[in-house]
Amino acid sequence: MGYLKIDHVDKRFQRGAATTEVLKDISLVIDKGEFVSIIGHSGCGKSTLLNIVAGLTPATTGGILLEGKEVNAPGPDRAVVFQNHSLLPWLTVYDNVALAVNKVFGGVKSRAERHDWIMHNLDLVQMGHAKDKRPAEISGGMKQRVGIARGLAMEPKILLLDEPFGALDALTRAHLQDSVMQIHAALGNTMIMITHDVDEAVLLSDRIVMMTNGPSARIGEVLDVHLARPRKRLELVTDRTYIAAREAVLKFLYERHRFVEAA
Amino acid sequence: MGQPVLKGTTAGATLVSLSGKQPEVVPLPAAPSKPLLAKLLPWGRSALVNLLPPLITVALILLFWQLAAHGPQSSLPPPTKIWEEAKDLITEPFYWAGSQDIGLGWRILVSLQRVAIGFSLAAVVGVLLGALVGQSVWAMRGLDPVFQVLRTVPPLAWLPLSLAAFRDSQPSAIFVIFITAIWPIIINTAVGIRNIPQDYRNVAQVLRLNQIEFFYKIMVPSAAPYIFTGLRIGVGLSWLAIVAAEMLTGGVGIGFFIWDAWNSSRLSDIIVALVYIGVVGFLLDRLVALIGHVVTRGTATN
Repeated sequence: MGYLKIDHVDKRFQRGAATTEVLKDISLVIDKGEFVSIIGHSGCGKSTLLNIVAGLTPATTGGILLEGKEVNAPGPDRAVVFQNHSLLPWLTVYDNVALAVNKVFGGVKSRAERHDWIMHNLDLVQMGHAKDKRPAEISGGMKQRVGIARGLAMEPKILLLDEPFGALDALTRAHLQDSVMQIHAALGNTMIMITHDVDEAVLLSDRIVMMTNGPSARIGEVLDVHLARPRKRLELVTDRTYIAAREAVLKFLYERHRFVEAA
Repeated sequence: MGQPVLKGTTAGATLVSLSGKQPEVVPLPAAPSKPLLAKLLPWGRSALVNLLPPLITVALILLFWQLAAHGPQSSLPPPTKIWEEAKDLITEPFYWAGSQDIGLGWRILVSLQRVAIGFSLAAVVGVLLGALVGQSVWAMRGLDPVFQVLRTVPPLAWLPLSLAAFRDSQPSAIFVIFITAIWPIIINTAVGIRNIPQDYRNVAQVLRLNQIEFFYKIMVPSAAPYIFTGLRIGVGLSWLAIVAAEMLTGGVGIGFFIWDAWNSSRLSDIIVALVYIGVVGFLLDRLVALIGHVVTRGTATN
């Protein structure tokens, strides 16, 4: 049946008389606990797709089903980790997570329970030590960790990651990828991640959804990544399945659906 | 090429900071019993650097004024004559010798109280209206043209109307302050709210914050730097308007004092009052700026 179902989603933007079709007939079924990456060249509408799943952008036709029920407005059951972290700069790290926790669990958990839950999630991303710092006082990677903690703290049914590591340097990115893998292994969250990094997609995903170039972007191919977990970055470098998966994605992106404007 | 130059500058900078530290280091072993002096020295120096130039300017102005208004046929009094005639006003701001014979400090306080009431009302209403105009496209289309027209009406032009409406000078003066201060607050708040990053709105949507939560958890803190710019302009305008309003409505405010002094040809008193008004206006502006600085500490940097 599937946990999350993206059902025949089309997205068209209307500006005056001109209509731009961004997404065409996107259908995808994601199981509980699955880690799915969506990869494609920039401008192919992958962020639009994520926003539709999040409910931040309405689909023109088609819809999103979560556990068999249609969702068409944003909500904490589909938490988003934004590309630019989107932490509120006037709140401390702790308060940023607390804003989410108090809103989602305000009526369910006691004050002490909420405090423990906030600290638990900050510790999960190794940010407990910086709880009283403001976003301006911590590094980009740390901000993104807090963004992930905020997403996780909502206890979402599905965690949506919108190019979460795109703005980070390669070393920081590797650390965060490892953290996300550990969290996924420990909690078994369902996650959808937008990325344009082939290695990142292969390393983290159970399935990689490859999108064709826009306008009217479709799902070109879906690749299953049959790599045992836990995955170790260094060991995978020489792993045949890894290399084959990487090659498949690269071929899709650079042979069959080369981004013409980038040439 | 770039690197050696950079290195040279860094080395130079280190040298400078070393030599700059030396005066601090030297007095310590020489006078170990007076570490307070060593602490106060840099503070005193910065105070001197910041205070000396304006003091010199003021001294020069006074000197020039003295020379210009020196002659017996001069229509304005020179500083020495002001000191002779209005010494009590300058040295004793808080004397009380009867209902109309009171120090300028008291008068300033009366005016400040009116400004406080009018300005507080303007701040609350202005931020709420600004939030409405900034948030809703239809509210902006409907209200913004009206605001743009009304805000050009000079403060005193409202006074006859408000006197007719309230039939009392006290609420009329407060209304003039209110109507003067509210426009920059509305307009700046609206701009601040229109500039809230989409990211923050997305966060609010994902969390399903309701309108009230969104208002005080996202809108106000995010727009705070703009709101405080508006408040600062507003408090300045209020202080400008109160003097003019009090000249016409009477009472014990500083504005009426000037009018009264003019009617009895006490030019020295007027000049002293002007200095009081200027200093208080400056302090008001600094106060709002300081509050803004404290409140928006985290907001400006991202």
